[in-house]
Amino acid sequence: MTRMASTTETLDGTSALAPPSLSSRAKARMVSALLIAPLVLFLTLVFVLPLGGMLVHAVENGEVGGALPGVAAEMRGWTGEGLPPESAYAALARDLKAAHGEPRLGEASRRLNYERAGYRALLAKTARAVRSIDRPQAGWAAELTGIDARWGEAATWAALRRASPPLTPYYLLTALDLRMDDSGSILRAPAEERIYIDTLGRTLWIGFVTTLLCLVLGFPLAHALVSLPRGFASVLMVCVLLPFWTSLLVRTSAWIVVLQKEGVLNGLLTRLGIVDAPLELVFNRFGLYVAMVHILLPFMILPILSVMKGISPSYMRASASLGAHPAVGFLKVYLPMTLPGVGAGCLMTFIIGVGYYITPSLVGGARDQMTSYFIAYYANTTINWGLSSALGAILLLCIMLLYATVGRLIGVGRIAGIQ
Amino acid sequence: MRTRRAGRLGASILFAMLIASGSSHARDLTVVGFGGSLQDAMRTAYFEPFAKRSGAPLIEESYTGGIAKLKAMNQSRTVTWDVLQMDENEMTLACDEGLLEPFDWKSQPGAADILPQVKAPCGVGAFVWSKVLAFDPAKTPGVTSWADFWDLKRWPGERGLRKQARMTLEIALLADGVAPDKLYETLGTKAGVDRAFAKLDRIKPHIRWWVSGAQPVEWLAAGNVVMTSAYNGRVAAANKDGRSFTMLWSQQLYSADYWTIPKGTDKLAAARELVAYMTSPEAQKRFAETIPYGVTNSRASALIDPKIQPDLPTAPQNMAGALMIDTPFWVNNEDELQQRFERWVAQ
Repeated sequence: MTRMASTTETLDGTSALAPPSLSSRAKARMVSALLIAPLVLFLTLVFVLPLGGMLVHAVENGEVGGALPGVAAEMRGWTGEGLPPESAYAALARDLKAAHGEPRLGEASRRLNYERAGYRALLAKTARAVRSIDRPQAGWAAELTGIDARWGEAATWAALRRASPPLTPYYLLTALDLRMDDSGSILRAPAEERIYIDTLGRTLWIGFVTTLLCLVLGFPLAHALVSLPRGFASVLMVCVLLPFWTSLLVRTSAWIVVLQKEGVLNGLLTRLGIVDAPLELVFNRFGLYVAMVHILLPFMILPILSVMKGISPSYMRASASLGAHPAVGFLKVYLPMTLPGVGAGCLMTFIIGVGYYITPSLVGGARDQMTSYFIAYYANTTINWGLSSALGAILLLCIMLLYATVGRLIGVGRIAGIQ
Repeated sequence: MRTRRAGRLGASILFAMLIASGSSHARDLTVVGFGGSLQDAMRTAYFEPFAKRSGAPLIEESYTGGIAKLKAMNQSRTVTWDVLQMDENEMTLACDEGLLEPFDWKSQPGAADILPQVKAPCGVGAFVWSKVLAFDPAKTPGVTSWADFWDLKRWPGERGLRKQARMTLEIALLADGVAPDKLYETLGTKAGVDRAFAKLDRIKPHIRWWVSGAQPVEWLAAGNVVMTSAYNGRVAAANKDGRSFTMLWSQQLYSADYWTIPKGTDKLAAARELVAYMTSPEAQKRFAETIPYGVTNSRASALIDPKIQPDLPTAPQNMAGALMIDTPFWVNNEDELQQRFERWVAQ
């Protein structure tokens, strides 16, 4: 990069006799801008916008305000202590009448049900019942409490108040196993509902172990690929790349066939008399690591390999001729030069690894599910896009923190291979 | 040379665009099911005869449930599904969110013959399925109830259950002696939920969790589990292939799957016609004779081969002690119970 820049400078220098006109420079700049415009547009459309949209989903909270605008306005003016004034009850009745049978009421009930199970039915039931009441005899508070006693409870209104502003911390709190109670203070979720922090920890741990295993296996292999005779190395290279060319599902299912109780490996081990009873090799953490390392190994090997190829063997010869033991030479000369490749490989393996969810669901056990499993579950099955986005945002934050740390240690430029 | 190549490139792009735009206008009627042996039966009984009769092509797709894609189609206003198989839970959610075309039961042709329980605001019952206890009588003879599922002393070995709160908690309570008519009342209380989890705790190390309907039957055949919960149609299909598994009809858990029409389809009339055809007596008779799920047209029952009748979840002798899955209960409580279940499973 630096050499390129200096060449341009000299070129500029030699052409100083006839400096390029301002318009031709502007033209060149415009051409280059036009050349990268498709890339910028592409990145904006498929990366920045969806990602931004996802992050917005994690705090967006328009459902209740959209379906029950009057209630939302009342809730803004209410202190949140005890029960709200009669006007809030009247607004609720008015809003429910207006929204009855419309999709927005369904969305609002789904949102309210997150606050407490059963509120979905409460809203639907109340909406049906208020339609037949034109003029309340004893005021709306009495009428609504008559329809369902929960309207006379402070907890119901506190939930409605939490659910009605246009933005909410609810999803992010839930994704961190936190709850906001009726008085507005933040507490930990009840013990039997704490789940996401553990899952996140497990996800990062599985990613870390997988990366470590890939490094331990991949580094010597990459070195062998560089130093072995060409023919043999290319055969080895094909073996490394083979998983790259097979579908993820096929690879994963193949491991089930090999590792299961009646599978190939257990059959071999029992026939050879090495084990008496078949080993539990799949549907647990072991099987998950085997399958993930197999899939992710190329992502570790290829960046290391590309760096190793650029290291001249003369460095190691030089260190030996200066009297260094091969081990010392390796540690002090060779290893530091491979670090950019190692950093890039580790980062790539880790980032791809923590996003896995098909592999854990196929070859992992019940205790090996990762955060992505919940992201997919909430996005696809229950359309709780808020929680899905919040979990995604937290996973993204973890990865960005890691990237920043590694970037500071090794240097982002070196990881990307620019320097 | 260069200009000619550029011209050819331009022409082919234009051509591709024409094809793309042409195909989006001339979209064929699309029906979406859950795939597998179930959709094979639908193809034989419904899709092929309907396409032959109407003369217009019918496209098939499969999905694994979930309403996210439906919602995305609805929001982007590019609805490419016309008729969709859904479970009752998801149909209710999708209907509430306005993603489905409402059914007008007063004007629906043949509505009088449809069982009243499966006439939903946004769908019509496609078939009745059942979740049963299945086992191999050669290996574990004498199993008679869900309570036996918990008897690790008499029948040691792993047990298969579906990895979800819905139906698993019901099975635990049934095994614990709760009567079917009191079950959801019990599950509606904190104490009832605690009781279900406590019951599950007793066999937890011996449970192997399945996620797709094909797994339990495969595991039973391979000897990985000694007994399992499974969908009756899958067990029947395995028995057709030479297995001889027993299904326990007493204490079966049953519900219906539905045909629905996504809101915003431009083929509403054809979609309605297909749904009416698929709920007609003759078509349902063909379906039940291909795969033994219960029918939803009251006139179809009389037409079905008497030899198949005992294999249907809806046969009167199979209905004794059966539990109908309470969809409204799950629509309200699934978020909370599933979360607790996930945590419990991962511990």
